Amino acid sequence: MWSFFHKLGSPPWLYGIAGSILRWLLPLTLLALIAGASWGLLFTPPDFRQGNSYRIIYIHVPAAVVALAGYYVMALAGAVSLIWKMKMADVAMKACAPVGAALTFIALVTGAIWGKPTWGTWWVWDARITSMLILLFLYLGVIALYEAYDNKAAAAKACAVLSLVGTVNIPIIYKSVDWWYSLHQPASIKFTGGSTIDPSMLYPLMLMIASFYALFTCCLLLNMRVEILRREARTNWVRKLVGA
Amino acid sequence: MHPVRKQRLIIVLCVVLFSSAAVGLMAYALRGNINLFFPPAEVAAGKAPLGQPIRVGGMVVEGSVQRSADSLAVRFEVTDYQATVPVVYEGILPDLFDEGQGAVASGVLDEQGVLRATEVLAKHDENYMPPEVAEALEASKAKGMKGQGE
Repeated sequence: MWSFFHKLGSPPWLYGIAGSILRWLLPLTLLALIAGASWGLLFTPPDFRQGNSYRIIYIHVPAAVVALAGYYVMALAGAVSLIWKMKMADVAMKACAPVGAALTFIALVTGAIWGKPTWGTWWVWDARITSMLILLFLYLGVIALYEAYDNKAAAAKACAVLSLVGTVNIPIIYKSVDWWYSLHQPASIKFTGGSTIDPSMLYPLMLMIASFYALFTCCLLLNMRVEILRREARTNWVRKLVGA
Repeated sequence: MHPVRKQRLIIVLCVVLFSSAAVGLMAYALRGNINLFFPPAEVAAGKAPLGQPIRVGGMVVEGSVQRSADSLAVRFEVTDYQATVPVVYEGILPDLFDEGQGAVASGVLDEQGVLRATEVLAKHDENYMPPEVAEALEASKAKGMKGQGE
């Protein structure tokens, strides 16, 4: 186990393994996304109250779920970077932030688009929506903070602390609809007890959530490969790789 | 584990723990303000301020919606099954606004305890199902009630 951990710290090894994972994961992800989206958008029944506008769930929920999970990945990479001073953990942390920010942004925008016909408003300052906006600012903050430093090690340290402090927001987002009175409805998919979404609508949603997890992994690995090449641009293995 | 790393691990755990505690205390202190709306029970208990813009949310009482014949004025009641608050509103209601469904009205409470709303939002619940399933549920519910009556 430790030897695997040590190997993860080697840029050429990580670059290579990320490449070979991407080779099969990327086409699989695209296929699953297309299948899940067309299943959800074309082959599921309309909702009994919302009609067809509920179909935005197939983008909104997966984006939101993975935006939350992605934050934990970023914070975990930050913790590893702080404790073991592992450069590749910095790379992973830095690679998470723009992907997570994009997913959070998608969740907020699709939520607003759904909110207008359903609730009657684009935006309301309720606990769920506000805490989700804070998540977007946390992701953007990590990106900005990293760019604010010239020294990479200092940047990684500051970003790791910020992302660790921000983890407190994730359970708040998740439980906001149960703890406080909010306009946003509670979760339809439940880990314990029955889900309050019909199976015919739930299965494509599950597929889309899985696809978004895969998409996050793909974007993360692609971002990491670019960052590794940028950092190791002067090393022999990169020169050999690009044939210069 | 190397003692230096162990120390860093403890620092990391402390950072997470203390920041969570700080935010947790803050959320606890502000708990009343984080709620988007007052439930009717709190309005009835006099916890909601008069003459200030507030939101009241709950279920629209079945059969309580009265529309004006010559204007957009509408009157309805919201309930949390403990108390009800009458709401008057003039304007366009969202498509999903309906009796027996959730709604959040924002406006000012007058002395009679009527909420003069300036905005009414529909609150959607977490149930998603196709129309056929909803009809079947409705039918079996009606049948069950008839069965009980006999």
